Amino acid sequence: MSAAGIATGMAVPARRPSRMERHRRWALWGSYAALALFVFVFLVPPFYVLMTSLKSDQEIAAQAGNPWFVHHPTLQNFIDLLSMPNFRGYFINSVMVALVTVAVSMVISVLAAFGLVRLGFKGSATLASGVFLTYLIPDSLLFIPLFQVIRSLGLINNVWCLALLYPTLAVPFCTWIMIGYFGSIPKELDEVALIDGAGYLRMLWSIFIPVALPGIIAATIFAFTVSWGEFLYPLAYLYSSDQKVLTVGIAGDLIRGDVFQWGKIMAGCVMAAAPPIVIYAFLMDYYIAGLTAGATKG
Amino acid sequence: MAEVSIRKVVKVFEGNVQAVKGIDLEIADKEFVVLVGPSGCGKSTTLRMVAGLEEISSGEIWIGGDLVNDVPPRDRDIAMVFQNYALYPHMTVFENMAFGLKLRKFPKDEIRRRVDDAARMLDISALLGRKPKALSGGQRQRVAMGRAIVRNPKVFLFDEPLSNLDAKLRVAMRTEIKKVHQTIPTTTVYVTHDQVEAMTLADRVVVMNAGIIEQVGPPQELYHSPATRFVAGFIGSPAMNFLLVEMFDDGGLKMRLANGAVLPVPASRFERYAACKGRQMTLGLRPEHLTETQDVMHPGVARVDAPVDVVEPMGMETLIHFFIGSQPVCARVDPATPAHPGQNLPLAADLNQMHLIDDETGRVV
Repeated sequence: MSAAGIATGMAVPARRPSRMERHRRWALWGSYAALALFVFVFLVPPFYVLMTSLKSDQEIAAQAGNPWFVHHPTLQNFIDLLSMPNFRGYFINSVMVALVTVAVSMVISVLAAFGLVRLGFKGSATLASGVFLTYLIPDSLLFIPLFQVIRSLGLINNVWCLALLYPTLAVPFCTWIMIGYFGSIPKELDEVALIDGAGYLRMLWSIFIPVALPGIIAATIFAFTVSWGEFLYPLAYLYSSDQKVLTVGIAGDLIRGDVFQWGKIMAGCVMAAAPPIVIYAFLMDYYIAGLTAGATKG
Repeated sequence: MAEVSIRKVVKVFEGNVQAVKGIDLEIADKEFVVLVGPSGCGKSTTLRMVAGLEEISSGEIWIGGDLVNDVPPRDRDIAMVFQNYALYPHMTVFENMAFGLKLRKFPKDEIRRRVDDAARMLDISALLGRKPKALSGGQRQRVAMGRAIVRNPKVFLFDEPLSNLDAKLRVAMRTEIKKVHQTIPTTTVYVTHDQVEAMTLADRVVVMNAGIIEQVGPPQELYHSPATRFVAGFIGSPAMNFLLVEMFDDGGLKMRLANGAVLPVPASRFERYAACKGRQMTLGLRPEHLTETQDVMHPGVARVDAPVDVVEPMGMETLIHFFIGSQPVCARVDPATPAHPGQNLPLAADLNQMHLIDDETGRVV
């Protein structure tokens, strides 16, 4: 607005948004619309799970009223579940398997990625691609041959067979994340560490692991998620209650024939989902940084 | 005593790419040697072979009287400063500088003493608690130097340490490096592509080109007595002028330029250039030896007419660009000399400073 315009109080016509601004505005609206739809589709089921978990059996069975809201909220389903010895057993089994899976997967993938990225041996690049290719094989194709392996080891219906199996699912992707992260660390850092007097293991421990911590957290979350959420393998390999983990335990104990204990099933789901949600909530930034490291850093 | 000896060293990379083609170089104890040359000339590869970061295809490298071909970098007692600083990003400045000493199991108070001393010398004492991301480029480079100094190694290796800094900071850090070498005289091998850095820092400059050493010598010697056309053209800014000339004897050795003008060879050079009679050679003349004319023309100074193409006033001097035939020529004249494009400016060529280059061998006669 010019000084003359202000002085005389002349009305200055509003500036028409430029073509680029209009394009940007449309792109923004489009993005919001797509995101809103995405959020709606993905949040409706968890919302329904939470609502149902807070309802009594009577309220769930009653056809009256709006099924999306709780009229008489209760924690009875949670209390019942927590007082079930089986449920506590499933939870402990899930936690143990997840911890061992995470530890084993991370040790293997960190060492593998470091070797593939930094030791520069013949065929390391091909091997790195091979590691990722194994991730592309669907889990459901592997579970029959793996069943043979587990049976020959005498570990069918033993919860520890999962600690052996899950790393085979988690290691390729974790290694891939770590390859991306380690690859983004400048080569001069290892060279200066070598000159400073570090060996390769010391270099990994003192330089690579601290520098690649976001990547390690991302890979850890992934390994935990694989272990915590897997359904097919425990369903196929475990059948007694004391060996089951949460995913199959909830489905197996709370569905008897055609009787579904919806309230408890949903409460079980909420409790089973809580640990990953808490972990993601606190470490989301690291997870995203870890996944995109290879793509954005030189 | 830490002399470095490079003997017939060859480096062949995968795909039979020969980066270093059998070079020999003796570096004396406490000497500051600069390897300089264009990209891909093998200077960094040579430095990395001295550091032990690159395997040697053949030849020998000796440090302090020990053959180090198969000695890992950590046991060579060297310290290296990289172009991108290579500071450990998760460690503080103190931890960065102390890391090498810690690995060598130095006592804590000795580590503290050495780091403090180096930090004082480099004026980074106030930064010891900071992480590298909180430092400017110049400060990072000081820390990288500090990390090298605390180790008190036999040899310092610098791989283009100033290339990431802006021009002003580069000049300041250059002085800093020279000061450090004066304070702690340690054998130093320094790689750069910047010939000004090479000239200002080095006791001796090693000019490399395409995997071989073109010439080794003190900066002034390289500047005034280049051995090859490559060295003559590489050292000096603006670069030396190269003019094709026809050598002939007309009661005295003379040179005919591409535009037909004739320049007499100074009598003092007759004997040296006698064998070039009748041949086509290249005349090398630095821009500062092509200046405005004086009232009295000294012996060996000849007049050249310059049809001015471009005038570049630099403040303390003015650069005049023109062509002789199709060959570009640069002259350095006094800023008071009136010059403008299109003008025919008479210049004085000081042929006492000329270089005559054999086009077949590329060597200065």
